[in-house]
Amino acid sequence: MHRRTLLTGAMSLGVAAPAIGQTQPIEIQFWHGLAQPLGGMLEKRATDFNATQTRYKVVPTFRGSYPETMVAAIAAFRANNAPHVVQMFEVGTGTMMGAGRAVKPVHELLAETGVQIDFNDYLPGVRGYYSLSDGRMMSMPFNSSTTIVWYNKDAFRRAGVDPDKFPETWQGVAEILPKLKAGGGTAVPMSTAWLTWAQIENFSAIHDIPLATLANGFGGLGTELQINNPLVQRHMQALVDWQKDGLFRYGGRNNAGEPAFPNGEAAIMFTSSGFRARVQREARFGWGVAMLPYYQGTPNAPINSIIGGASLWVMNKGPAAGGGRSRDEFQGVAEFFKYLSQPEVDAQWHMDTGYVPVRRASYAIAREKGFYRDNPGADVPIEQLLRGGGTLTDNSRGIRLGGFVEIRTIMEEEFERAFQGQQNAQQALANATTRGNVVLRNFERANRG
Amino acid sequence: MRKKVIFRGAVLPYLLLLPQMAVTLVFFFWPAGMTVWQSMQREDAFGLRTEFVAFENFLDLFTDAIYLNAAWNTVVFSTSVAALALGSALFLAVQADKQIRGSGLYKTLLVWPYAVAPALAAVLWLFIFHPSIGLVGRGFSAIGIDWDYRVNGGQAMAMVIVAAAWKQVSYNFIFFLAGLQSIPTSVLEAAAIDGARPMRRFWTVVFPLLSPTAFFLLVVNLVYAFFDTFGVIHALTRGGPGNATETLIYKVYVDGVQNLNFGSSAAQSAVLMAIVIALTAIQFRFIERRVHY
Repeated sequence: MHRRTLLTGAMSLGVAAPAIGQTQPIEIQFWHGLAQPLGGMLEKRATDFNATQTRYKVVPTFRGSYPETMVAAIAAFRANNAPHVVQMFEVGTGTMMGAGRAVKPVHELLAETGVQIDFNDYLPGVRGYYSLSDGRMMSMPFNSSTTIVWYNKDAFRRAGVDPDKFPETWQGVAEILPKLKAGGGTAVPMSTAWLTWAQIENFSAIHDIPLATLANGFGGLGTELQINNPLVQRHMQALVDWQKDGLFRYGGRNNAGEPAFPNGEAAIMFTSSGFRARVQREARFGWGVAMLPYYQGTPNAPINSIIGGASLWVMNKGPAAGGGRSRDEFQGVAEFFKYLSQPEVDAQWHMDTGYVPVRRASYAIAREKGFYRDNPGADVPIEQLLRGGGTLTDNSRGIRLGGFVEIRTIMEEEFERAFQGQQNAQQALANATTRGNVVLRNFERANRG
Repeated sequence: MRKKVIFRGAVLPYLLLLPQMAVTLVFFFWPAGMTVWQSMQREDAFGLRTEFVAFENFLDLFTDAIYLNAAWNTVVFSTSVAALALGSALFLAVQADKQIRGSGLYKTLLVWPYAVAPALAAVLWLFIFHPSIGLVGRGFSAIGIDWDYRVNGGQAMAMVIVAAAWKQVSYNFIFFLAGLQSIPTSVLEAAAIDGARPMRRFWTVVFPLLSPTAFFLLVVNLVYAFFDTFGVIHALTRGGPGNATETLIYKVYVDGVQNLNFGSSAAQSAVLMAIVIALTAIQFRFIERRVHY
């Protein structure tokens, strides 16, 4: 108790001090989770912003992978030392939404500082993921991606499969896998990174089936997993069977399986659209990208896929009342966000990195500059996010589950058991549902009030 | 035999004890007490809402199949690591104890792995066992073994056991070698004159005389396998595939650091603390008896 009083005392002194010397820029701490080369590109955005004005100075710091950055920011908050802005991956969104006074919602930030950002121009899939159900923005969309298909055109050619047309349906994929195995000349026809993001979460979204009740968690903390349904069972069982027959290979958790594509081991890879820079640099063969296949005969399919990547969250300094931030600091954060939201800045980010443009205006700029003519397929992820007319359904808006990092791990663990032949897809989904719901109930209990 | 110092007053001895007591209080009792306190609470990740739940976290643990699976993994892992590390270290020490040319170099090389950081050691093993880039991994595939520790739990477990044991061999080696060298040669010579062959001399003379060392090492190795192998598992398998290599200590990390479930993680730490206290108590009792061997 005593310590806290001392700390608050020290803090108010610290806040008062800068008012004397106006010349010193106000520092905005910005923690991010992007390794090189993307991290450098992100830090360049901060440097560019600093060059446009002298009042604020954004200080970017790399804090490890996304999960590590998330944990570091939370620990810093508990120690009354949180960064002003933290880059948080989309899976952490549910946790941040439940964080109460730890975060400063972006709509509040903008209202208080009088800074305007036109969120209506943002892609619906991006806006929806980071806003409350009434449309108010909670965090600042930044680097967004989605899962797409990467395929090896040379291997397709060798196997006698049309290299310019990736099958639109899973039925079509099932037909070409044996051909690729027989004549494709790769170690395995197909693999995937981000097993749950690509094969369960985005799979459910494009087929317009729910991942969880209450609009995938957007409707409240009482949500329950609904992954154990016939369509997901069918698809996951197909993967398990293909793994047994050598037509598919599970490549490990998160993006551990990715290298199998550029090094020519897998002819087909499912992973983030942000994979582009690496493929361009490393692949020694002709390659193409395509939209995610769907099961023919599913009503409403295909519609838009959901995003991954990260957004920027504004954090209060610590748990003490008042949050510990000055008006000037928030003003600086808002100005920084305003800068990032400019279509020119966003379009350049998209063209440099392979992340999708988060605004329609930036998409138009990239098109005008001839980016998609010079880089065929770079617009596939954007088109996929707008597939089905771009009107989101409750199943394709996104996913907002508390403890989602843990739930993803649970799903991966259960499917690792299935790939080892210890259980079938239906059992894996049933177990994952039971275990995942425990996480959801614990989160609900800890965050109810 | 014991030397006893008589202090005049009560102040000086307490003053002399104080630094040690302070260190123990700050670095052991305080965090341990915090752990026990936290193990009876549930809170959200940001520490804004806390609820006292008494022993609910512990009850949840012991009814959780995943936790019991981690406990079983720990038993398998620790016994195998201890057996492998002790067995190979003893074999190497016996070889190094012989009169051979270049034994100095041989001994030095054997001690090296101990200086390698666990994470680095794990990366080395990754380069050896990775199915697509590892030397041995590719070798296995070439001779027709379906080697992929990312989907095969048994293979993953075997790999982390080998990697963890390898690190510990050096440590055991030094102790065994010292133990061997302290065995009086007269005893061995007497046995040789009586006509005992080398194998028999080892099992009837050397091994019994080494048993205090071996027992000490057994406890140290078990403690190592329980608590010090996080780096190896984290770098190689992250507890996967499907929890196949998730041990108790790794689960503390997963639940505490990744899943931000502090209450459960603290409860698991408290269980581990009880285990290490028990192991230490056993060791002290046993060693005390063995001193008079």
